[in-house]
Order: sequence, then structure tokens, then C-alpha cells
Amino acid sequence: MSRDPEITSSTDMIRALGLIAAICGIIIVGVYEFTLDAVNANKKIALERQVFKVFPHAKTVDAFDALPGGISPAGDHDALAGAVRFYAAYDATGKLAGIAAEGSSAGYADQVRVLYAWDPEKQLIIGLGVISMRETPGIGDKILVDRDFLHNFVALDVSLAADLNSLAHMVKTVKHGTKSHDWEIDAISGATVTSKAVGRGINQSAQALLPRLMPHLAQLRNKS
Amino acid sequence: MTSLVSNFDEFMDGLWKQNPIFVMVLGMCPTLAVTVSAINSISMGLATTFVLVASCLLVSLLRHAIPKEVRIASYIVIIATFVTVVDYAIQAISLELYEALGAYIKLIVANCILLGRAEAHAAKTPPVAASLNACGMGLGFTLGLLAIGAVREIFGSGMLFGVSLFGPHFQPWVIMVLPPGGFFVLAGWLILFAAIKARNSSQLSSGERALEGGKS
Repeated sequence: MSRDPEITSSTDMIRALGLIAAICGIIIVGVYEFTLDAVNANKKIALERQVFKVFPHAKTVDAFDALPGGISPAGDHDALAGAVRFYAAYDATGKLAGIAAEGSSAGYADQVRVLYAWDPEKQLIIGLGVISMRETPGIGDKILVDRDFLHNFVALDVSLAADLNSLAHMVKTVKHGTKSHDWEIDAISGATVTSKAVGRGINQSAQALLPRLMPHLAQLRNKS
Repeated sequence: MTSLVSNFDEFMDGLWKQNPIFVMVLGMCPTLAVTVSAINSISMGLATTFVLVASCLLVSLLRHAIPKEVRIASYIVIIATFVTVVDYAIQAISLELYEALGAYIKLIVANCILLGRAEAHAAKTPPVAASLNACGMGLGFTLGLLAIGAVREIFGSGMLFGVSLFGPHFQPWVIMVLPPGGFFVLAGWLILFAAIKARNSSQLSSGERALEGGKS
């Protein structure tokens, strides 16, 4: 009973796969290490650009993570599970200019990721920028340029409820022309899905972040 | 001399005779999805070309060491490795480009041109010929994407490579940058290529007929 010479032995197969895995492993890890610094630098620049857009007077930006027990400076890694990443913008004198955070929700085509600017003194959202979206050109992407829509974010009320555990009023997108409260967002006519995604993203993020952030705000007043 | 000619043939194969998009109609997912602008098309094409050349070269170098029973797993691991390399490289070069190409960089893994070339060509060919063929295929793919991307950008945004062509009064033909636009433009190019092919073959056959007529 000799084995057919055409049949490859199991050892050969495992050896070949092992060899390929080793070569590929070395290539992947090598490239990862090689590009890591450039990738992190790019991410930081891209983010700072967004934050400076919503806080034009800011000079520096620091990233923090809001955890259930407090806030801590963010490292190079992504936000930990359960933590909410936010960015403190400081002016030239090192004083806190405001807080920016990301809100994200499913739009018409893909996730709509926005960055909102929060004024801790007034407890208002005072600006909005778009991080990424793939909404329909000419329809959904109007959230970037529509003046009436952007006017919603000049003074959007996100003050906390008396127990400081949630927002006093949920941020909500309402049908075009029916906005009657400061915590409502007037949708763009014809682009309701995208407008709603913006509102939902901000609401989720603010509900999670602001109650954690409020008690520790003093820590952030001056740049450390 | 013969090897030089055959190497040139290997290179030209994908560029024209067996163009992956217009002749073989392969890799349609990125073809339709990322060709909203010329620059996206070129970036996607070059990323695919790099993965194609690198993976075909490695497959060709290892062709005697890979038993046929485990070849598909091996090819996929090799392709996935170079896609990861491209993914990191693009993040390091430009995050804007990375955002624009989105998931489609990762989806190069599943592009049938890659496994097709590894299996049908690189696994049976020496490294130089395999890389040249892969390079031709990759550039042919890039050219195809660019042909679609340029048309879509011109009509859909009134621009080419981000440069405005028609001034501020141009009303963009939005459907061109939406998914249906991809299908329309691809169909347009396929019709053009089919027409050229039909004309060439009819000329050829009428030439043959004339030749036969001359003989009789």
C-alpha cells in the first residue's frame, strides 16, 4: 500500500501555508510599523482642521475621553469601549474656547458623521461641521451649505436636566418650517433623512457626553 | 529578441487585447462605485495595479512551493496582505483620499481580476512575465476606470481632476455621479468598444472575401 505520488503530504501543505503566513505576517507588520507615525499625524491634522472650522478662534486642540467616572487625556489609540471621545479647543492664551465632539448616525447612503461645537458657558451648540458623509449630491449634501439649516446650529439648546443625567430636551429634527423650540432642528425640505441623521447623531452623542463632562469641566478650563 | 517580444505581448495583453473592464468585464464593483471622479479612478486603479503586480510576483516566485490543494487559500492570503499594505499606505499618504475610496480599498481583496490573474497566469509563469502581465492588466484597469471617471466627473460636476471646465453657470448632471451614472457611462464605453470590434471584424472578413475573390 504505497501512497499515490501525485497526492501532496499533509506536512507539505502545512509547511507551504506556514511559509506564506510567515512571509505575509512580516510584510503586514513591517508596513504597519513603517506607516504608523504618518497615519497618526494625518489623523491628527485632519481632526484639528475640523475643530478649527467650528472654533475659528482656537489655536490648539487636545483630545480627551469621557468615561463614566471622569475624563482622561486620549492617547494615540481609538476611544476605548464605553468612552466618548471629545476635543477641547483652546485659544492663544490657553483658555478653553469650547468643546467639539462627533455625532454619527445612518443617513440616506451611509453614516453621516458630524462634529458639533459646544459652548460650556451657555450650554448651547454653536456650530456644526461635517466629518464624512456619502449623501446624494445636490440633496443630502446640502447640510454642508444650506444657510437655513446651518442656522439651527448657531444656538441649539442642549442644556442638562435638573438631575444632570440627561439633556433637558431631546435634540430632535422636525419637518421643514415647523421648528418652535431651541432644541429642535428644522430639516432641509427634500433632505429629511440626512437632516434627521444629523439630529439623531448629535442627540446620541450629547446625551452620552455632556452628563459625564459637566461635573469635570473645571479640569478643562485652562490648557494643562 | 523573442523573449523581449513575448514580454511586450504580456504587458500589452491587459492594456488592450484583454482589457479587464472593456473586454473581460471583470472587477465591476469598484468600476461602478469609485469612478465618480478622475482622481478617485486613478488612485483606485493604481492601488489595484500595485496589489496585482506584488501578489502576482509573489505567487510566481512561490509557484513551485505551493501545493495545488492549498493554492486558493495561499493566493487569497497573499492578495489580502498586499491590500492591507495599500490600505496603510493610502492612510499615510492622504486621509481625504482614504475617505473618498472608503471600503473599496479593502474590497480589492475580492476583485476577481486579482485571483483570476494569480490562478490563471502567475501560478504558471516565471516572475518577470507574470509581473509584466499583471502590470499591463493593472494599467488597463486604471485606464478603464479613468475613462469612466473622467466622463462622470465632466458631466456630473463640470470638472476634470478638480478643475472647473464650464464656469459657474454650468448645471451639473447629478445622475452622472450617482450609481446609475456609472452604469450608463460603462454601457456607453462597452457599446463603443463593441462597435469598434464589429467594424474591425467586418473589415477583416470583407478583406478575406476580396482575397478569396482575387484567387478564384
